[in-house]
Amino acid sequence: MSSANGQLQLPALELRGVAKRFGDVTALDGVDFTVAAGSVHALVGENGAGKSTLMRIADGLLSPDAGTIRLFGNTITAHSVRQAMRVGVGMVHQHLSLAPNLSVTENLVLGESGFFRPGSAADLLRRTELASGLIVPHDALARDLSIVEQQRLEILKALARGARLLILDEPTAVLAPSEVEDLLRWIRDFAARGGSVVLVTHKLREARAVADEVTVLRHGRVVRVGSAATISEHELARAIFPENVEVQSAAATLASGKLEAPKQPRDLLVQADAVDVTDSRGARRIHDAVFEVRRHEIVGIAAVEGSGHRELLQALAALLPVSSGVLRLPERIGLIPADRYRDALVLEFTLVENVALHRLGTRHGLIPWRDLEDRTSGLLEHFDIVASSARARARELSGGNQQRLVVARELEHAHDLVVADNPTRGLDIRATAFVHGQLREAAARGAAVVVHSSDLDEILSLATRMLVVYHGEVREVALDRDKVGRAMLGAA
Amino acid sequence: MIISLAAAGDVVGVLEAFWRGSLGTSSAFFSGTLVRAIPLSIVGVGIAIAFRAGVFNIGGEGQLLLGAVAATVVGLPWSHGLGVAGVAIALVASAVAGAAWAGIAAVLRARFGVLEVISTIMLNFIAANFVSYLVRGPLQEPTHVYPQTELISTSVRLPRLWAETRLHAGIVIAAAVAVGAWWFLTRTAAGFRIRAVGASTTASRVTGRVNVERVSAVALVASGALAGFAGGIEVTGVTYALYENLSPGYGFSAIAVAILARLHPLAICGTALLFATLETGALGMQRDAGVPSVVASALEALVILAVVAMTGRFVRIPWRTVRPRASDAGVAA
Repeated sequence: MSSANGQLQLPALELRGVAKRFGDVTALDGVDFTVAAGSVHALVGENGAGKSTLMRIADGLLSPDAGTIRLFGNTITAHSVRQAMRVGVGMVHQHLSLAPNLSVTENLVLGESGFFRPGSAADLLRRTELASGLIVPHDALARDLSIVEQQRLEILKALARGARLLILDEPTAVLAPSEVEDLLRWIRDFAARGGSVVLVTHKLREARAVADEVTVLRHGRVVRVGSAATISEHELARAIFPENVEVQSAAATLASGKLEAPKQPRDLLVQADAVDVTDSRGARRIHDAVFEVRRHEIVGIAAVEGSGHRELLQALAALLPVSSGVLRLPERIGLIPADRYRDALVLEFTLVENVALHRLGTRHGLIPWRDLEDRTSGLLEHFDIVASSARARARELSGGNQQRLVVARELEHAHDLVVADNPTRGLDIRATAFVHGQLREAAARGAAVVVHSSDLDEILSLATRMLVVYHGEVREVALDRDKVGRAMLGAA
Repeated sequence: MIISLAAAGDVVGVLEAFWRGSLGTSSAFFSGTLVRAIPLSIVGVGIAIAFRAGVFNIGGEGQLLLGAVAATVVGLPWSHGLGVAGVAIALVASAVAGAAWAGIAAVLRARFGVLEVISTIMLNFIAANFVSYLVRGPLQEPTHVYPQTELISTSVRLPRLWAETRLHAGIVIAAAVAVGAWWFLTRTAAGFRIRAVGASTTASRVTGRVNVERVSAVALVASGALAGFAGGIEVTGVTYALYENLSPGYGFSAIAVAILARLHPLAICGTALLFATLETGALGMQRDAGVPSVVASALEALVILAVVAMTGRFVRIPWRTVRPRASDAGVAA
């Protein structure tokens, strides 16, 4: 601790006794949280444990009911985002928040006061890139950037404002494996140069790989703090879910386990012959795809962002027509879309209405609300969804329970084909295990399941077969992490 | 009547004039306010259906006028002998005309991506000028003195509910329309589709497999049908003839009526009555207390603003995409 620079010894972030309530719900209950300068601190816990609330307090988005905030040694009162920015805190949210129709440089300085000078903004971008080692295309519009580039731009934005403490909320949830490695390496570099990072994550492996220290939150309290090197993944899982051994084993299956491919006779449910798929703008995204999916199979689709797999999934869900070739699909298709807020739920509708939304286009006459309410109540019970009643608004549910509702709704009927795109995005281990279990069960009951996830390990753990999409080409690859990883990047 | 001569600036006199003009006397209430609430309510329900689907029909006025034209054409003396069927035919024709007028905007939207906000406003102007042309040209009354049509035959008129008032059977129809629309939106699959599309086009398309464009078009056309229907009721129940300025802006006031009721059909009956009260009261103030009607209009607007401010989070703007609440609040937003 005899650093020449006294500044370095002050913690980047020091929260003492922070409490926060939302109505009747205690989100945080006297949390202490300290991030040493120049270190990476992982914050883990299940959905609803209070991670995001805590970080929003640190970033000034929320004000605590009790407790103190010290940033780089300054005690902060009347905290705000602007204030946080001024003392050097920058947060990158899980749902990226760039202005899609503005250019990269415009996004970089968006929210600052004064005039916009393109020259100086471009200059700022160049300097920040140089200092940080993160590169983004300069002249593009934000909406044309890939996910990983958008994320880089968000980080650059924080750095350009002088952030010395970066709060990254689930940054790897949307990235391909190689991109995850790049990001984690960059985080280590940033810390080595004196920056501090809070990494909010569900992935215990990542937490242990990159962090110096780990804090486990549970029901709004800190239940474990320690050096990442000394806590095993198993211990972490137990700290997150102490009462539930079954979940730990589910967590273990997450990493390794997988259903044996059933040996029953298999019907051909999906048949693609020389299929081309064109996106809504008219660009061909999939060409000459030939593959089949049979009953009881779980086919994983692996690809890096922008490979055309999104369009392939849409075509499989009968949302996008094929532009040439023949794609045979079964009648009954269940779909778990990647963005539940946009595509799967209407947040201001009740749960019953959200259940009724399923295949609304084919309904006629009156809607049997009473039956639907009974059915929804049944789903809540059967799928263990925490909600006050079937008439609660979807908005009132936690993210994990919202996703459970989507899965419950889509798997309730015996579908022949289930298409799932990132079905566990943003979910904790328990909810993830639930979703995986449901998908496996659907396959066991006789559906064909096609699943894509940005997390390669997730698909590998689920799939009985693997298709890799690279640059619009679809090919089958053995269930082998290295082979799939190479195929995703176009290597033989 | 003596008080009515009081000078402007006499607050009590002005308020009294407002009261007498709107609710205070039975003739004002039954012949004025209630009669005015009828078209406001029917068009308002139509507007609400479109807005619920996220379609901004600003063309209620034009659709109402086309409905009035259709009802007049059906009801002119050649319809003699149709009997009660004449009213029904006239009202159906008015709904069809309103639907067709809105249908133009629906086609423009579906085929060429023209924003309905713009096309329906433009269609209002065309409709108003079309009425002007008709009442000075082909449909002008036989003496060619007044810019209006002949009176429609008595058999094509809606019955009066009270002999000594102008209150006509349209009030029952308006109430039925409101209840029917409420039932439609909450109970039927088609109504739920409209609400779903208005709440989230993406979820409706992806999860609901709903043909979003079609539902939007249907909502716009249905909205126009109701506005046209209101025009038909106005002709068969109140004016008995077509002339310019037949509608004192019902199609526009109805937008405020619908929004103030948070697009709820039953609540629209109440807000329509509120607006009718404000308008007839304002006319009373002008007539009896010499208050300029523009002051009354400003008062009306102030009432709307006050209610909007008090009800807090107002009507949801359907073109905004649904997003998770706090997590998206960008740092730099």
